[in-house]
Amino acid sequence: MLRDGSVKAMPGLNHHTNARSAPVAIRTRDLNLWYGQFQALFDVNLNIKRGIITALIGPSGCGKTTLLRSVNRINERIDGVRTTGTIEVMDEDIYASGVELLQVRKQIGMVFQRPNPLPISIRDNVLFGYRIHTPKETLRHSDEDAIVEQALRQVLLWDEVKDSLHKKATGLSLEKQQKLCIARLLPVKPEVLLMDEPCSALDPKGTEAVEELIWELRGDYSILIVTHNMAQARRASDECIFMLLGKVIEHTATDKMFVTPDRPETADYIEGRYG
Amino acid sequence: MPANPARQTTEVLSNTDFDHRDLDWYIDRGVQILVFLGGISAIVFILGIFIFITKEGLGFILEDFSFREFLFSPTWRPTSELKETYGILALVAGTASVTGLAMLVAIPFSLGTAIFIAEFVDGKTREYLKVTVELLAAIPSVVWGFIGLSIMNPLIIDVFDVPVGLNVLNAGIILGLMAAPIMTSIAEDALKAVPDRYREAAEAMGATHWQVIYKVVLPAAKNGLLGAVLLGVGRGFGETMAVLMATGHSINIPTSVFDSVRALTATIAAELGETAVGSPHYQALFTIGVFLFVITFCINLTADLIVRGIRKE
Repeated sequence: MLRDGSVKAMPGLNHHTNARSAPVAIRTRDLNLWYGQFQALFDVNLNIKRGIITALIGPSGCGKTTLLRSVNRINERIDGVRTTGTIEVMDEDIYASGVELLQVRKQIGMVFQRPNPLPISIRDNVLFGYRIHTPKETLRHSDEDAIVEQALRQVLLWDEVKDSLHKKATGLSLEKQQKLCIARLLPVKPEVLLMDEPCSALDPKGTEAVEELIWELRGDYSILIVTHNMAQARRASDECIFMLLGKVIEHTATDKMFVTPDRPETADYIEGRYG
Repeated sequence: MPANPARQTTEVLSNTDFDHRDLDWYIDRGVQILVFLGGISAIVFILGIFIFITKEGLGFILEDFSFREFLFSPTWRPTSELKETYGILALVAGTASVTGLAMLVAIPFSLGTAIFIAEFVDGKTREYLKVTVELLAAIPSVVWGFIGLSIMNPLIIDVFDVPVGLNVLNAGIILGLMAAPIMTSIAEDALKAVPDRYREAAEAMGATHWQVIYKVVLPAAKNGLLGAVLLGVGRGFGETMAVLMATGHSINIPTSVFDSVRALTATIAAELGETAVGSPHYQALFTIGVFLFVITFCINLTADLIVRGIRKE
């Protein structure tokens, strides 16, 4: 479980000190973003470390989802989005001119607020990314069973769906759908996982299960998670970024942010004086 | 004076108000009845039409009717001096061949247009295209028949070096172009009904635009697309004027697309005016009407059930 105390009790974790020296997964430099005339992000400079869970918190409309969605450039689906500055993922500028958008999205997986499995079978969902990113010559059907099993085991879903792999994924419960949405990212071996309020559509039990899963994935992936739920940020992240009106106010270890935040705005938000 | 006027007022109100019906109540009732009548009128008309054509054709079905001759004889000779023959096989073959070819023409056109409108353009362009497609659907069928007669006919004679240009090919192309707009419109609705989060999910995994369409949108919309095709088929079966003008109207089981044929509908349209009411010929034409009605009803019902099927999911 991820309750406060137990996290610290995990042996050999010491993640905060390790995290400080860890290499950077996502680095933004003077990132500004406009939707048409409206500026949503102001000079965002962040160094998000590898192998840990970083939570993005802040009141509605503060730009946390916008920031998340610009990291795999899914923001570009919307007309009139304009960006200045750079975002480097694994030390490569993903907005550079030679960059292939499809490769960016392959290596930076995204989990959405509302579970969005495709209306195909569970198995095909897990294999969707793998199939589109594996060249035809090397695509072997014999590998697929193992890939499906491994991905579903990783998200703790295998035992529950192993007999219904050919059923439609949209018939699963929301919790299982969300786990499946995480599972389908894994076969293409992404470096970074972006999660946009992954538990907000789930009931408390589902939330707990998905949080547990996210914690399991920690270390193998660098995870950036947007959350509205401060308790969730507190129990399920290593570092926290607090945003307000499109600006980053504070970025620090989760333990510190919730106990002794540096900035008064952070303290006010955490104590529930606004937002 | 009594000390409690307020109480008195409430008493008066409660004595008179509970069964009070004002004008609004009557308007409400009236509107309910009107809407109900409007709602069932479609069913009443359909039933009425069915009963009418069945009744007109009934004499034929009961007396001279030979099921085998009607369905399996290729000779339609209702005015023969020696022996009248009422076989619709050649007419069915005519209708089916023209409709089949029409679908070969219409499916790529309409699906292509629908995919383009739904997935590749948006905003103003999309609206203009939709309006244009709907305008196409409004072209009267006699105009299409005219195009078949005066443009396609010499063109086919010229290009393929055949003696007659009024044939399956001509009518198939004309009918295909006629059916394409309505099929486009329905197919486009089906594509638009696919939730955007599916596209977003696939794009976020790095799928290309075509992969999103081919692997996600088309499978998700397949029932609606099938419904669109079936409605096109229904349209093809029922179309009369353009087919009458473009097929050549000669009774024939076609062996190539350059053969002239005659359609079921065109037969009714061309001959009904010249028959004596109540004669076997007249009744036979109505029996063709029943046959057409049943077929188009089945096609449309299937299309409807399929389209309904997607909504449930």
